[in-house]
Amino acid sequence: MNAVLTVARRELAGYFATPVAWVFIVIFLVMTGVFTFYLGGFYQRGIADLEPFFRFHPWLYLFLVPAIAMRLWAEERRAGTIELLLTLPLSLPQAVLGKFLASWVFLGVCLALTFPTWLTVNYLGDPDNGAILAAYLGSWLMAGGMLAIGSCMSALTRNQVVAFILAVVACFAFLLSGLPFVLELFSGWAPQVLVDAIAGLSFLSHFADISRGVIDLRDLVYFALVIGFWLAANMILLEMKKGES
Amino acid sequence: MIEAINLHKRYGGFTAVDDLSFQVEPGQVLGFLGPNGAGKSTTMKMLTGFLSPTSGTARILGHDILDDSLAARRCMGYLPEGAPSYGEMTVSEFLRFVARARGLDAGAVDSAAGAAMERLNLGGVVHQPIDTLSKGFKRRVGLAQAILHDPQVLILDEPTDGLDPNQKHEVRRLIQDMASDKIIVISTHILEEVEAVCNRVMIIARGRLLADDTPAALVARSRYHNAVTLVVDNAESAASTLSELPQVAKAEIRDGALTVFPAGAGLFEAVSGAVAQHGWQVRELRLENGRFDEVFRTITRDVDPNTEQTPDQEAGHHAVVEEAR
Repeated sequence: MNAVLTVARRELAGYFATPVAWVFIVIFLVMTGVFTFYLGGFYQRGIADLEPFFRFHPWLYLFLVPAIAMRLWAEERRAGTIELLLTLPLSLPQAVLGKFLASWVFLGVCLALTFPTWLTVNYLGDPDNGAILAAYLGSWLMAGGMLAIGSCMSALTRNQVVAFILAVVACFAFLLSGLPFVLELFSGWAPQVLVDAIAGLSFLSHFADISRGVIDLRDLVYFALVIGFWLAANMILLEMKKGES
Repeated sequence: MIEAINLHKRYGGFTAVDDLSFQVEPGQVLGFLGPNGAGKSTTMKMLTGFLSPTSGTARILGHDILDDSLAARRCMGYLPEGAPSYGEMTVSEFLRFVARARGLDAGAVDSAAGAAMERLNLGGVVHQPIDTLSKGFKRRVGLAQAILHDPQVLILDEPTDGLDPNQKHEVRRLIQDMASDKIIVISTHILEEVEAVCNRVMIIARGRLLADDTPAALVARSRYHNAVTLVVDNAESAASTLSELPQVAKAEIRDGALTVFPAGAGLFEAVSGAVAQHGWQVRELRLENGRFDEVFRTITRDVDPNTEQTPDQEAGHHAVVEEAR
């Protein structure tokens, strides 16, 4: 556990040593604001909740999370530091988990910094704060799922742009699989079990469940499995591609 | 002790390391020498646990690099090729990170990082981001992270690459200081470096071990070993006179210098005797020790397809082959 924290600490400090963290935080906050108040019609709805705030999170994450994840391993390979990191007495799972946790915590910090929106809605009305807290949790879990995908894609290449594009495409597929028009493509001919399975893979449906304020064990398990699966794939890819520079 | 046991590494159809077995004892400074792409770095990457061998294994102080990788890595310090480090960190942050990752406890982290910085004269740049440092400083930061936990085994991939002559001298002295009780493996393609710091040399080309000896013994394989070179005014007549001597096997003139090769012992005495007897005007007279670059070329020539097959290229030349990864 100590080793994981050591890796995570270094990674997190690395974000703040460069402008990456600050630029990301500003963009994240501006974008969430724009989405909530303009596109989401926060005021026009006249309802004291954060639905317009959370509704756009999946689409915001689609681009912002791969932007954070793309450097995780691609940068280590480009700079050659992967050889240093992986010859320290750390196991591969410790290194992968440490780097993942650092970026997940960072996204958590970004999410926490949106608290003025929560203050606003509490000032204007009397929202269900339990549901809002659940939605924050769901949003963070969804960010974790996309981050695990992005981390895995980052291990595939030493080029951050390639890592970014691969991650966006993979995350997009995971988002789309819950949309009605995708499901309609399958529902005509595929057995219902398959359609349900495809729908069940989507970040959207699980995020929607949690953001309604219902923290179902199945949704938690889903996100844990997604993160676990992609991080395991991440380790396998790293092990396979270590020798290539 | 390091034991490499039948190490193989293949990438697709390409064999980078071909059945390498050797042992290194404490007190030895082993120099891996070979043309670029010979498999030196690949071998080091396998010893340090970064790459898994295709077959074979190695043991570091008894710890198998495959079955007991973490224990093996714990007793090693490693400077990877090009001395990579996290550029956005300061020297101090970086060394403290490595110390923590090596499992040193909180108090030991600071003292180990401090001692390593002092040892490599990094005092002036402690709080500078590594990206802003010169190549020589970056290399020293890489060396500092390799030695900060005082490892029993040091694996250094081209430790003096990119350093100026003074810094090279410093690093060589550092290696010599640590050599007495440690196992040190360095790779280099600088021949003088091998003679300066190593007490054992392995010449590798195309992944195969071609020679394993002390630097002095390797130099003695040179055809110049115990030859005598002299610079005289009338080199041709001197050459024919000296060829008559029973101690002389052959006389050669190159660039105005006459070199006579020995047929037996006592060549130098015989030559200086002839000089005195004939009253030649000698501007230079020296006993040749042997030429390392010539031995190196002779040994690696047959297996290195990129080297031209001319017997006497300019000194120190060797072919550049893409480093195989």
